[in-house]
Amino acid sequence: MSEAILRAERLTKRFGGLTAVSEVSLELHVGQVHAVIGPNGAGKSTLTNLISGDLPPTAGAIHFLDEAQLAHDLSGLKSDRIARLGIGRSYQKTNIFLPFSVFENCRLAAQSRQPRAWRIFRSADRYADVNAIAERSLQAAGLGARSAMTAAALSHGEQRQLEIAMCLATQPRVLLLDEPLAGMGSQESQRIIELIQQLTPAHAIMLIEHDMDAVFAVAHRLTVMVNGEVIETGTPAEIRASLKVQQAYLGDAHGGADG
Amino acid sequence: MNPKRAWTLPVVLLACLSVLAVFPLVGETFYIQLLTKVMIMAIFAMSLDLLVGYTGLVSLGHAAFYGLAGYVLARVAPQYAAASLWTTLPLAMGACAVFALLTGLLVLRTSGVYFIMVTLAFAQMLFFVFHDTPIGGGSDGIYVYAKPELKIGGTNLLNLEDRKVFFWLVLGLMAAVYLFLRRVLDSNFGRALIGIKTNEHRLRALGFPTFRYKLASYMLSGTLAGLAGYLAAAQFGFVNPEILGWHTSGGVLMMVILGGMGSLHGAIVGAFAFILLQEALSNQAWFGPFAKHWQLAMGLFIIAVALLLPRGLMGISGLFAGKVKREPGVE
Repeated sequence: MSEAILRAERLTKRFGGLTAVSEVSLELHVGQVHAVIGPNGAGKSTLTNLISGDLPPTAGAIHFLDEAQLAHDLSGLKSDRIARLGIGRSYQKTNIFLPFSVFENCRLAAQSRQPRAWRIFRSADRYADVNAIAERSLQAAGLGARSAMTAAALSHGEQRQLEIAMCLATQPRVLLLDEPLAGMGSQESQRIIELIQQLTPAHAIMLIEHDMDAVFAVAHRLTVMVNGEVIETGTPAEIRASLKVQQAYLGDAHGGADG
Repeated sequence: MNPKRAWTLPVVLLACLSVLAVFPLVGETFYIQLLTKVMIMAIFAMSLDLLVGYTGLVSLGHAAFYGLAGYVLARVAPQYAAASLWTTLPLAMGACAVFALLTGLLVLRTSGVYFIMVTLAFAQMLFFVFHDTPIGGGSDGIYVYAKPELKIGGTNLLNLEDRKVFFWLVLGLMAAVYLFLRRVLDSNFGRALIGIKTNEHRLRALGFPTFRYKLASYMLSGTLAGLAGYLAAAQFGFVNPEILGWHTSGGVLMMVILGGMGSLHGAIVGAFAFILLQEALSNQAWFGPFAKHWQLAMGLFIIAVALLLPRGLMGISGLFAGKVKREPGVE
């Protein structure tokens, strides 16, 4: 197996007396989808926020290898710096620029990697490379036909797709997808699952998702979290077979529906 | 933006510009001076609109830059001779840029109500520096006896003592600032600013160092406010601490809101509406004893606009054009 591109080590986040994430360690590899599952409140989103820099960790380290194979410790870095290093994320709660056109949402995302902010007299629309990336990302997420619409006018599911398109437009090497399928219809879900599979060879993906069928369809490894702690890590087969997991999560929370 | 309106705006603006350009040839001196003042305030209001309407930072201390530039001119101008515009204008605007950089590093760490408070606090500090120390002539201020000169070699390019010439210079600068900001706002930098106003958290998550963008916007805004302050000091011929006070900051913020935030021409419309209305309402010949209480009528007008036209006076055009909702950055 290749070296991990991102390695979280004993990552911990406390909010006052509450420990939301407790000594979580995990590795992300290019070419693999690492799913993080667990009941609501298990600390999955907080874990994403720690890696993306939206929240500073209380303790622990996040090691990351950039394109030039330089090692970085992400803990303590600001979210914009982490994003520029090549770690993109989508949000569980749709977080887009509602008044902008769908295209402008993606164009802005693509612009982030080619700032050229000092060229203050050149129209932002006139960078063919940025436009092409934005267009490609929209196509990939299935929003090619919605390009000119205002983001606020999209359906909930389409806004979720836009969330993913924006993440792609920043051209990350690591994708942190926080419940990408939440609120999507089955057709869109299927499209996003296929998209994740297409992206896998060239990306390291961390997937948080409640849809177990999707998770088991795409994941190479899984980490199961309960109450901020990792109770099991392994391959899909190992997780399916784990008694601990069945007791703590699959058995109770989802009963027969997903099991 | 719908194609019909794509050409409406430039045409309307050009028409207004032409009317203004010929005004000094026919207008009375009083009105030439009044409109010069209005156009200076329009530059001031546009500079604030960059901050309030496009970056989402509501400042109540914008007079600091306006006043600072005026004081720089007053301090460096020779007592009874004309100052050179070539040196004093860059100096005044440069001082504003430096002041914006130093205060921006602090005030931009806050947001929302706190940003309003802290910008106000810095402006008031500057007010008292000039009010209570001899460097600015105390509460009496300083006179600027002669208008600056634009000399190349030995020849004066523009005689700014001539009110008409001064009017045209200010008109040209107002148009230049408008076009400059239009271009800037359509650039990568401008789009990022609008992104900050709309959803700063998301923009940072996309990889934009938003603090630097805000600081650059704050400096640009302050520097342009300095241009307005310099012109005002040159026009009126004196500076006093009033121009740094929170009344000045509040007034310009009112112009921006009145005209409609985030549209640039709204700031110009706001400046014209605010000052011309103030002038009309306080005209004794028209309103007799009520003229003294013009602020009451002004207040009612502002309340009416705020209630009926949430997008400011520029919202009127939207009412006629079938309520086309225009947001910055999605034209």
